[in-house]
Amino acid sequence: MNVIQIDNLAKSFKSGWPGKLPVTALDGLSLMVTHGEIFGFLGPNGAGKTTTLKILMGLMRSDSGTIQIFGQPAGNVTVRQRVGFLPESPYFYDYLTAGEFLTFYGQLAGLERSTLKGRVGQLLDLVGLLDAEHRQLRKFSKGMLQRVGLAQAIIHDPELVVLDEPMSGLDPLGRKQVRDLILGLREQGKTVFFSSHIIPDVEMICDRVGIVMKGKLLAAGRVDELVGYSHTQSVEIVWEGVGPTRMGSVQKIATHLLQRGTHTLAVVPGQDQVDDVVTMIRSHGGRLVSVTPQKRSLEDLFLREAKKPQIFDKAVGA
Amino acid sequence: MTIQPILVIALNTFREYLRDKILYNLLLFAVLLMGTSVLLADLTIMEHHKIIKDMGLAAINLGGVMIAIFVGIGLVSKEIERRTVYTIMARPISRAQFILGKYLGLVLTLSVNVVVMMTVFLGTMLLYRVPVQMALFQAVELIFVEVLLVTALALFFSTFTSSTLSAIMTIGMYVIGHLTTDMKGFTQTSQSETTMAFVTGLYYLCPNLEMLNIKGQAATGIPVTLTYQALATGYGLLYTTILVVSACAIFRKRDF
Repeated sequence: MNVIQIDNLAKSFKSGWPGKLPVTALDGLSLMVTHGEIFGFLGPNGAGKTTTLKILMGLMRSDSGTIQIFGQPAGNVTVRQRVGFLPESPYFYDYLTAGEFLTFYGQLAGLERSTLKGRVGQLLDLVGLLDAEHRQLRKFSKGMLQRVGLAQAIIHDPELVVLDEPMSGLDPLGRKQVRDLILGLREQGKTVFFSSHIIPDVEMICDRVGIVMKGKLLAAGRVDELVGYSHTQSVEIVWEGVGPTRMGSVQKIATHLLQRGTHTLAVVPGQDQVDDVVTMIRSHGGRLVSVTPQKRSLEDLFLREAKKPQIFDKAVGA
Repeated sequence: MTIQPILVIALNTFREYLRDKILYNLLLFAVLLMGTSVLLADLTIMEHHKIIKDMGLAAINLGGVMIAIFVGIGLVSKEIERRTVYTIMARPISRAQFILGKYLGLVLTLSVNVVVMMTVFLGTMLLYRVPVQMALFQAVELIFVEVLLVTALALFFSTFTSSTLSAIMTIGMYVIGHLTTDMKGFTQTSQSETTMAFVTGLYYLCPNLEMLNIKGQAATGIPVTLTYQALATGYGLLYTTILVVSACAIFRKRDF
């Protein structure tokens, strides 16, 4: 049984004005998330990520299609006992201290006060906020709020953690902390489903990704399968001591040539041409500096999908 | 439906308002109004006691209703506007439990306020040797029922509109609620059938808040019968229940 199973999900939003067409947010989206994986839900702003997550958490109803968590309909109240959720740019009750805040969410999940006391301290320690236990949330920075938000999502030790743009608006250090927390959840055997538009974050930690655009899933699978890591796209060769004008053959082979001072950079289409170029450099008395294979990244795939014509149609709401 | 999540939400709502400055401002306003009653009583030649009782009951009523309206209108709409509802609704609690918890939390806050104002009122009366009569307690009990009803009105509107619109509609209903008896009289003199139908509709739709207003009679020391007291209380609570149940039904259908 899949942890999340989404089939043909559709949702459109009515316009407030008569005569104006409804905006399609989800257009037959289907995907599944299996146990113990980190699934990255990647897409540009307005692609339908947040709408999907809201329907998943029972905050919104779909027009058609089905969405199940642990085999139960997404709106089911009891299934939420097994799910933790952190919304995008969360706003919490800022009059509460971090300790009160986590206790409140723990109680809502049905945890006993005696269990909660230890659990709150343990989680604050995990997210690096133990010193701020008695500080009100209104005095927290954005990064601290994001971390305490993550702590509330896992206070009841859920099997599935759903995060909407958890790294959005964080500085590099904050993003790393959140990434480490997500990886830590996988180590504990949890399933993590998170949306993001920050490609390196998704690429770095996800087992599988799904790319959503205009309310449709365009691609889904393991990151290496999707981007074809095994195939080298091109090779960058850098050398010094001899300019490209003296090596006519290199100019014919290379797709790009760049000279900076004594250094020259050539990009050749594949591994086969590398030996020829290296031989030429040596025969002209040049010194090889580096040879770097260039592989396709998730960003390349994302941009390629984004450049397809239909993406430039009217943006959809999310 | 389990009661535990309702109590957790209610206690958190209570804590929220205990830490909110607006509550203390409104409470201070009501206490100052009671203080004014002493000043006014000193300036008048006769009926010192009646003025103190009139002003005291009016202060409790006004203070309670103002808190019910101005805090009640944000009870749910503020949660939606600030998106705090997202994380709450992601927990294993139903939407009805959330609405009931929020309502009970504000009712708890209002109960504490009414008790504080009543204590100040009784203190003022004892200080000025005003006899404390049963009728005053009857009036305060019906004031409290009115406050429960107005809170339910504010809650009802806040489940489907913004805080501003909720305030306008709740205040509108409160004013109409005190004029329904006059409106019924108006229908008997009106020539237009459309006007009559409209006003009759309003009469049956809006709560008759004048039924809960016995302040004037209580200030003179004349109690109402226990039957009237029970009927008025039952009427107010029934209306309140209908509003809270409707608020739950509307909230259940909402998308966030």
